[in-house]
Amino acid sequence: MKISMDIELTDIPGQLVLALKPVSDLGGNILSVLHQRDKKTPSGRIPVQLTLEIEEQGLDRLVERLKERDVNVVRIGKERLKESMMVLLIGHIVHTDLGETIDSIDSTGFAEVVELSLSMPGVDKKSSASVTLSAIGKEELKEALNILERTVNKKGIMIIPSI
Amino acid sequence: METKLPKLVRISIIGLGNVGRGVAEVIRRKQEEIKRKYGIYLKIVGVADLPGAVVDENGLSEDAIRKFKSRETTEDMTTLDMIKDVEHEIVVETTPTNVENGEPGLTHIITALESDRHVVTSNKGPLALQYGMLMDLAAKKGKELKFEASVGGAMPIISLINDNLAGNGIISIKGILNGTCNYILTRMREEKLPYKHVLKEAQERGIAETDPSNDVAGRDTAVKLVILANSIFDRNVSYKDVEVSGITGITSEALKLADGAGYVIKLIGEVDGGSSGECLKVAPRLVPKDDPLNVGGTLNVATIKTDLAGDITVIGKGAGPIEAASAVLSDIIGIYM
Repeated sequence: MKISMDIELTDIPGQLVLALKPVSDLGGNILSVLHQRDKKTPSGRIPVQLTLEIEEQGLDRLVERLKERDVNVVRIGKERLKESMMVLLIGHIVHTDLGETIDSIDSTGFAEVVELSLSMPGVDKKSSASVTLSAIGKEELKEALNILERTVNKKGIMIIPSI
Repeated sequence: METKLPKLVRISIIGLGNVGRGVAEVIRRKQEEIKRKYGIYLKIVGVADLPGAVVDENGLSEDAIRKFKSRETTEDMTTLDMIKDVEHEIVVETTPTNVENGEPGLTHIITALESDRHVVTSNKGPLALQYGMLMDLAAKKGKELKFEASVGGAMPIISLINDNLAGNGIISIKGILNGTCNYILTRMREEKLPYKHVLKEAQERGIAETDPSNDVAGRDTAVKLVILANSIFDRNVSYKDVEVSGITGITSEALKLADGAGYVIKLIGEVDGGSSGECLKVAPRLVPKDDPLNVGGTLNVATIKTDLAGDITVIGKGAGPIEAASAVLSDIIGIYM
């Protein structure tokens, strides 16, 4: 699972290493560290933004260990859906139950429609939509695209996937 | 070449449409240069069109070909008699593509190979329908059957893979193989105009045919894909095996949405060797603007995925008489190199 985390360190040397150690101890993988040495919080601490990958069950223990080391954890963002792709739809998108089309993806549990823009040029004319699908992995994203293709094909909607 | 004297290569051209006349013109234009560079002397000893064939063993002049084309002179013999009876080395087959039964090109090619002549063709029909049979016949006769001009016009793809990329495993090929569709989608995007409007413009400019359905429904791309599938990937497929959708349903709103997200829409043909899922598909696809497949106008493009060289992308003019003739000429020279 990919996690973004904002932490705050006390302003004494060696604190960053101290804060990162538990991540590797718990089998996690650090993807990026944004350490803004010259920025300080009102309480005089140094803000750091981390992005890391860690097993879901390891996350609570990581937060505990950070607290033990006097690291403040101010925000945890879970980014469960790692893979995304955009597809276009052309046809009578709204009047063929758009809600159901989206549900066909959202109900999978492994993928979601995370963005949708719709262009409707006229009442009787075909609409066009760009849809962004996100899924927990590459295989799941492929499967989500297959599901969407099957769903819209039944409704006579054209689908344009990316290469 | 070991000998100093140039080797005489006698050629007949069947089909005096744009490509056939283009071939006659480039042979005339390049005759001396080819003699000097490659040591072969190309001579057109016969041309054939609908009424039949005219022949001249001393070489047909530009004027003689033009007069025959405009029906000012009459035929000397039937096309098949010319193929069989006139002494020559190469038959250039450039009659129009027919994907229903491949004729008349199919009979021309079979007759030429059976008469022990090499064949160079731009005609997609016979290849898309009877590739295996034709290659077997050519092999049995010890003759060459070359067809670079049938896929991508001037853009080298078949010889590029067979010669320059020899030793590489070819994983997949995807690209834009129809200049008319590319022109329409490019103009729709640039001018924010609807499909019908741009199609009309393309017809007025001679880029789309009066009946554009072969191009815009994706059939032309599908036929080229079949040729690639059979010749490059050794698959045994025909036109009916291709999953095809065309560009007629694309709206300018869809192009605008794609544009806003950093994409263009292109009609993409995709074929692979089978290991990654036996793909053989023509469909409109979103192409990132920074992808090499994003070429505009009437250009053709193909990205060849290989196991050693990685991705190789070629871009070139897919249509046009001189461009197609360039591919025919390189096939002719290739036979003697």
